[in-house]
Amino acid sequence: MISAIIVMAVIGLVLGSVLGWAELFYRVAGDPLADKINDILPQTQCGQCGFPGCRPYAEAMAKGEADINRCPPGGEPGIQRLADLLGVEAKPFGEGVAPKPKSVALIDENTCIGCTLCIQACPVDAIVGASKQLHVIVADLCTGCELCLAPCPVDCIHMEVVHETVNNWKWRYPLIPIHQQREAA
Amino acid sequence: MSGKVYPIPGGLHPPEHKTESNAKAIIVAPLSAHYVVPLRQHIGQPARALVKAGDSVLKGQMIGAPEGRISAAVHAPTSGRVVAVEARPVAHPSGLPDQCVVIEADGKDTAADMQPIAWRDLPPGELHQRLVNMGLAGQGGAVFPSHVKLATGGTPIETLILNGAECEPWITCDDRLMRERATEIMQGAEIMRHALGAKRILVGIEDNKPEAAQAMQSACEQLKLAAEVTAVPTRYPSGGAKQLTQLLTGLETPSGKISTDIGIQVFNVATAYALQRAVELGEPMLTRVVTITGHVAGPCNIEARLGTPIDELIRLAGGDLAETSGHVIGGPMMGFDLDDTASPLVKSVNCIIAKNQELFPPHPPAMPCIRCGQCALVCPAVLQPFELYWHAKSKNFAKARAYKLFDCIECGCCSHVCPSHIPLVDFYRFAKSEIAADDRAKLAAEGARQRHEFQLLRQEREKKEKAERLGKKASERLDTGAVAADDPEAERKKAILEAAIERARQAKEAVHAKNTESLTPDQQHQIDEIEARRQAAPQDSEQQA
Ligand code: SF4
Ligand code: SF4
Ligand code: SF4
Ligand code: SF4
Repeated sequence: MISAIIVMAVIGLVLGSVLGWAELFYRVAGDPLADKINDILPQTQCGQCGFPGCRPYAEAMAKGEADINRCPPGGEPGIQRLADLLGVEAKPFGEGVAPKPKSVALIDENTCIGCTLCIQACPVDAIVGASKQLHVIVADLCTGCELCLAPCPVDCIHMEVVHETVNNWKWRYPLIPIHQQREAA
Repeated sequence: MSGKVYPIPGGLHPPEHKTESNAKAIIVAPLSAHYVVPLRQHIGQPARALVKAGDSVLKGQMIGAPEGRISAAVHAPTSGRVVAVEARPVAHPSGLPDQCVVIEADGKDTAADMQPIAWRDLPPGELHQRLVNMGLAGQGGAVFPSHVKLATGGTPIETLILNGAECEPWITCDDRLMRERATEIMQGAEIMRHALGAKRILVGIEDNKPEAAQAMQSACEQLKLAAEVTAVPTRYPSGGAKQLTQLLTGLETPSGKISTDIGIQVFNVATAYALQRAVELGEPMLTRVVTITGHVAGPCNIEARLGTPIDELIRLAGGDLAETSGHVIGGPMMGFDLDDTASPLVKSVNCIIAKNQELFPPHPPAMPCIRCGQCALVCPAVLQPFELYWHAKSKNFAKARAYKLFDCIECGCCSHVCPSHIPLVDFYRFAKSEIAADDRAKLAAEGARQRHEFQLLRQEREKKEKAERLGKKASERLDTGAVAADDPEAERKKAILEAAIERARQAKEAVHAKNTESLTPDQQHQIDEIEARRQAAPQDSEQQA
């Protein structure tokens, strides 16, 4: 009886210490769930979700403090992906939150006074320029977050919708003509 | 003469329609009044325009330089004047216009200086550097820049395969080219073999082109090349790169890999011909042979300069017959509808077919999939087209990918046999382009995230550095003992504050632009120009305000 208890206790101790060691050894730094969520977010860093960037929103979602339908740049597919990852139902955007067509910011070179305010506002370093020099937005890097519009003292930045070109054109979803089908039937 | 042929899966034998256009010799198109040369005629980055409206150009002059690693140059097809560099209708499935250089011919056809390349003196792996600005791109349909394919590195290339299968119905341009210019093609192939350091050349030609095979065989004997011409069974899509590789060598290209990974490089016969001209004559890619067939008065093959408007080519082939309902670019299996016949001939266009109701009856309405499995039987890539269709239709792209969507070569066999007339390939193309766009968006998001995180890091660091500096300055002041006696604590605080304000002021003044220091004269010039425009602008903007 006593020996049985001792054996069980020793086994328990050994297994416990192995588990404890494994916990330390295989520990993942940071919050893996927040990382996964952050990977889904579009990284526009626009703050439309009510958080100061994508990462804070991801962390809030990981803690269960924020809803999944607050990121307009991610669109419906973004919500769907978040729902899949978190194992919850997808839901539509709330009141007043809606995705917009992809745009990039453009600086009117005749009006820009080179004040550098937009550079400081751009969260993804998409604007190049220097004090009292014309500023230029690198269209490929601009995420269209609109954060540079408000700080500009001479209102010389505007958003331009990205139009379809041969470069970014996508094949359409094939439409199967239903009318024809009815006529044929 | 024929080497061994290995079996391949799938495929079918649609009506050939080759005899309409393969009897007549290639017609050389006369000089046009104007040419429209798109800057994007290949896979990869479009070329960067080197000319502007008003410039005069010579035949063979480079008017668009390759941009980035996978890109090809474009050249002026004749001498004349550039009238515009603008978006024009082009032959593209989207029907969207694209940037083109429009050239008005002066009728003199003066050529720029062209220098042959002494290829025999170049060691393998160097020729491709000399071909970067020659504008060569695969003429079989994929239009991949040829100089990239001729670069060595990675798996050593053992075998060079010359693709003369031309398996799509209606198309006969490679057939005619092989019959008439086999020697030049084989010389081109020998240059390719040398450049790649390959050991042998295999030529694959479908057995419905005995004259072409005979001509190629005699050319090999005459040139004493270590090449083997093999007649492969006429069965679509034997001309797919992976399919022809397997037919001739028995080697299967693994999923997600390309034939170079197993030591084989495949080129189209027309590409070998263009390469021969580029190397032996120094002539960049200026022309190609194109089949004009279908519902036209005189179906034929025309050797035309790139940039020739397509309606002119149709006129050369006798013009459209009555009740022509449109035109197909490429073959009936993989081609697409042309929106505007003013579009120019480009490197990828091997065939133009005029349609009418009889030759191309309207597509019957699609019915639900009955899971008959016919599509899987004919799929040369051994996929399950009905599963792919299911996942693509429901936009379940991850699943479509898992079912090897990207192994699909879009050959159209599955759509062709489907008893429910489902446009299966349209769904695959849709899914592929959605996935590609998604991947691009992911990459962009990743870049944005990194830049944002770096920015946060930078701000954090700057804040810390500033605080340290201020702290140091303030304590120095304290140490020098410039402190009044009555309230040491308050005085100390005040000193720190003052020091901080002073530092902040100085720091502000010290901020000074880094990227305006070493400007090139060009950039400086641009800035000056803009400044001048701004000087001129204020009146307008004040009026607006
Ligand atoms: S709304 Fe979306 S893109 Fe904008 S900061 Fe929030 S998570 Fe990022
Ligand atoms: S340039 Fe303006 S719109 Fe574009 S990412 Fe920067 S702040 Fe946002
Ligand atoms: S051939 Fe058509 S109907 Fe038959 S399984 Fe394939 S997709 Fe379905
Ligand atoms: S189009 Fe794709 S799925 Fe259909 S038969 Fe060809 S390779 Fe197979």
